[in-house]
Amino acid sequence: MSQPNRLPVLQDESATGDAGASPSRRDFLRTAAAGAVIAAVSACNPDAVVEELQRRHLTELSKDKLQAMLGKLEKKWSAQFGKNVTVSAQGPMPGVNFGYGLDLSRCVGCRRCVYACVKENNQSRKNPQIQWIRVLQMAKEHGVALAHANPYYDPEKVPEPGHFYMPVQCQQCRHPPCTKVCPVKATWKDPDGIVVIDYDWCIGCRCCTAACPYGARKFNWAEPNLPSAEMNPVTHYLGNRPRPMGVVEKCTFCIQRTRNGRYPACVEICPVGARKFGNLLDPESEIRQVMDRKRVFVFKEELATEPQFYYFYGT
Amino acid sequence: MTFPPWRARLPLALAALLAAPLASTAKSPAPPVPAPVVAPAAAADSPTSPNLIRAEPPPFTEGIFPCSQCHEKAGDATPRQLAFHDEIQAEFHHGPPTRFCLDCHDNGKRDFLHLIGGALIPFTESYKLCGQCHGDKLRDWRVGIHGKRTGMWNGQKTYYLCVNCHNPHNPRFKALKPEPPPIRPQEQGR
Repeated sequence: MSQPNRLPVLQDESATGDAGASPSRRDFLRTAAAGAVIAAVSACNPDAVVEELQRRHLTELSKDKLQAMLGKLEKKWSAQFGKNVTVSAQGPMPGVNFGYGLDLSRCVGCRRCVYACVKENNQSRKNPQIQWIRVLQMAKEHGVALAHANPYYDPEKVPEPGHFYMPVQCQQCRHPPCTKVCPVKATWKDPDGIVVIDYDWCIGCRCCTAACPYGARKFNWAEPNLPSAEMNPVTHYLGNRPRPMGVVEKCTFCIQRTRNGRYPACVEICPVGARKFGNLLDPESEIRQVMDRKRVFVFKEELATEPQFYYFYGT
Repeated sequence: MTFPPWRARLPLALAALLAAPLASTAKSPAPPVPAPVVAPAAAADSPTSPNLIRAEPPPFTEGIFPCSQCHEKAGDATPRQLAFHDEIQAEFHHGPPTRFCLDCHDNGKRDFLHLIGGALIPFTESYKLCGQCHGDKLRDWRVGIHGKRTGMWNGQKTYYLCVNCHNPHNPRFKALKPEPPPIRPQEQGR
């Protein structure tokens, strides 16, 4: 009563006189918590849960263990979505380093790429709505200036006079700030340049989301909403496979397509041919031709993230 | 190499030319000298690689081709407003107002186009015609900077032709209805 606004602290327990009860209460709580964990574990298949909790990091898994894990996931999702879901963990091709080019003098801001990406990569459709590509409308008089960028433009027709459009997605940096801050190494850069995430390793702390200067990382605030009919069954473990709630995801250059030689979905859909993709180590590739002949820049160059995503002016 | 494919062939052609007199003076049973295979100008017109597949040009307006079904022989070549082809004249917007059909379409052989020098080209090779004025675009298109390619980044890919995206009579790219904008965070249900 003498200090009505003071919060109770641990020392107060002896002062209030129930010093004897305190340790036993803590013991009780500890036991109860442990019991709750055991109950939760045994509610599902206990062996599977224990195995999942005990598994090693993806890069340290043996081939057999990895195959077994992928097989289980395929079975689970095939049943859940009612189609033959495949989950690959195909590694990078040797002698390949991916580069992406985007022609700012071509892009008309139609957002076809955004929705092709959502479809290909099994993103949550709404609540939460997750889109890996964000198209920024910018004013020509200001140039590439985020202070004058608007992602919510919705006119009858694009392009609007006096504006240009700059789609932003994961820039697959050579020095990715996101992988540096991850406390559990759930995200890393593969040798072909793709920054990947193991959604089963992610603890959802969102440090990477905060570290990314491009806003490329999206968090599943709720259970993803992926209709079975629209689910793309050709998946990669580090890419477009179904994600649980509470993990971070982002563009992977369509890892399930590009590691099999195909163009990313956004490249294939672009109605103006503004998107270029290829192997930076192949001088004949489209991206190298762009870099040899055009005015090329990287977004937020001053941060020294050294993206593998290049913007250029085709004219 | 960063050169277009035809430039890579140049040294070969030169070597063949040089080898011819050398072989005849050496008086040894010289192997037959292979003739230069492709004239550089011809090879330069389109992308050349076994992995590149040409896209199908878009179909003609129903019943319009072959042109010779109406235009049997050469007609009046004076630039003027025509009494037919209304829909093309209505939308036509390409270059200066003096532009006339027969600048590109051949008068004598109506089922062909012609280059500025008079060479006939079929409709499927219209990119050669476009490249006469838009040489910078043709150059970029050949190496895959301008235009669109689909398929495999490391294998077979289809390259689109000028006419797959641009209407030759009105080539400016048409404005599109954009897909819906993203939901704002404050509208996103948790």
